[in-house]
Amino acid sequence: MTVRSIAARRSRIVLLIGIAVLAAAAIDAAHGQPFGMARSSAADGGGFARWLLTKQAEFYRSLSGAIRAAKADGSAAWGLMGLSFLYGVFHAAGPGHGKAVISSYLVANDETWWRGVVLSFASALLQALAAILIVAIAAILIGATAATMGSVVRWIEIVSYGLITLIGLRLVWVKGGAFFRALRWTIAARDGACAGTVHGAGDDHAHQGHAHHHHRHHHASHHHAGGACDHADHASAWGHAHGPEPAELAGRGGWRRGLAAIVAVGLRPCSGAIIVLVFALAQGIFLIGVGATLVMGLGTALTVTLIATLAVAARGLAGRLAAAQSGAGMVALRGLETAAALALLLFGVLLLFGYLASERLPGGF
Amino acid sequence: MRGVQWIIMAVVGTVLASMLASTPAAAHPHVWVTIRSQILFSPDGAIVGVRHAWTFDDMFSAFATQGLPQQTKGRFTREELASLAEVNVTSLKEYAYFTFAKADGKTAPFLDPKDYWLDYRDAMLTLNFTLPLKQPVKAKELVLEVYDETYFVAFEMAPKEPVTLGADAPPACRSMVRAPQELTAELSRRLSEIDAATPNVDDKLDDSFANRMIVTCP
Repeated sequence: MTVRSIAARRSRIVLLIGIAVLAAAAIDAAHGQPFGMARSSAADGGGFARWLLTKQAEFYRSLSGAIRAAKADGSAAWGLMGLSFLYGVFHAAGPGHGKAVISSYLVANDETWWRGVVLSFASALLQALAAILIVAIAAILIGATAATMGSVVRWIEIVSYGLITLIGLRLVWVKGGAFFRALRWTIAARDGACAGTVHGAGDDHAHQGHAHHHHRHHHASHHHAGGACDHADHASAWGHAHGPEPAELAGRGGWRRGLAAIVAVGLRPCSGAIIVLVFALAQGIFLIGVGATLVMGLGTALTVTLIATLAVAARGLAGRLAAAQSGAGMVALRGLETAAALALLLFGVLLLFGYLASERLPGGF
Repeated sequence: MRGVQWIIMAVVGTVLASMLASTPAAAHPHVWVTIRSQILFSPDGAIVGVRHAWTFDDMFSAFATQGLPQQTKGRFTREELASLAEVNVTSLKEYAYFTFAKADGKTAPFLDPKDYWLDYRDAMLTLNFTLPLKQPVKAKELVLEVYDETYFVAFEMAPKEPVTLGADAPPACRSMVRAPQELTAELSRRLSEIDAATPNVDDKLDDSFANRMIVTCP
């Protein structure tokens, strides 16, 4: 069996997994949409997503009891911390733009696993701190109402979603460019213009290639043809000779861009955390609420790290598959990065225009 | 070259799946509401509307009352909560008050609410409001559903007497609540038997997921 057919078989397995996930998600969406809470409860037992949803709702609901218990008896605060941690783990596993944004960012940028971990933890911590700061400043210092806090969160939302859109735009620009360059060079190589260089074969091939080239482009000079061959050679090796190298992206500037991603994801506080904090404040145990919020962030970070790990591993697998396919594989890889960048951009735009409300803060209601 | 196409398709599939997986329908509730409702009748026996008393959970109640001016700590009077009640009712319009009525299978629309206020008891807010039907209906069966399809607000029936009938209700009218997802073939057979024998059974069919009220006037 050739390397190529093994790679094709493996990519087919990847495809099957993708289709399975898609089908599961489609069924899930169809299930959730037209019904009210009754049917999206545990009673219809529809799979893993439903179970996650029920669990996080349960944990969230028990938080109020745990906070009241902690007020009555300080040692009950440990129970509250445990509950907050579980809520964080399950809450992050549910829907929300954080994971999606971080995963697409990691895939598009070909980031390392370690950076994925740092990104996940930093954004979760920032998210917890944002909630704590909003409640501390708005509720304690200013004595603002829920409606005011709601509008503060909405402004933060706009900034955060705007940032996601900008990061997406930049990545689409860079990765899209690399994709089209890789595509052009691969097509040029396939057309036979540089057959000699690509196959590294003898005079016979090279001669054929050149003859072909002259036949199609009568005006093309020999020098030009040679240049195209150089490009094609690059394309088959990396395919993005003129785009940024992975090493470049992971360099010092990469950390700065990573910071932008952390802020974009972590700026928007979780509505649940704000409500929990205000409730703790009303019970006179704000500091315990702060602790619970931080622990919640820790749980969130763990789940996001797991999903980031999957994203980085999938990207690594795709990279190895692509390496086995010479030039065309590179086109696919650049295509993958472009798709991830497009997804990021799409998330940003949808969130910005409210089509993908991740969580409302009940300001008016 | 085929392998490349497979990779591309796998990527597109995964991206689409992650988009679908983040639909708002899957968010978890941040507000819990316990429903108690009264079906209102006109003197001639027609159903004219519904009077809701929705009690919010304590966490949301604390959040909603945060920063509101109050005379006595730990207490809110109806007047102090008047502006919040106004905001609640106004913003509920966008969600059709989460209340959907069908009279003998036909959708019966509601008008804007009237007589609304908030009460604060045991650190929990209760929103009281009346939803008048656009047109009074005389129906054999009125089905009233209360739910939030985005599952942001979780509605639950009160454990005791979640639905009552107003003063002018014809004596033959009965009310009950039902959990739609529990309607297996076996149960609907039992239901039809129970309905025929003793029309006024609600507690046996009630469970925590019920959000459907049924008023029958034979």
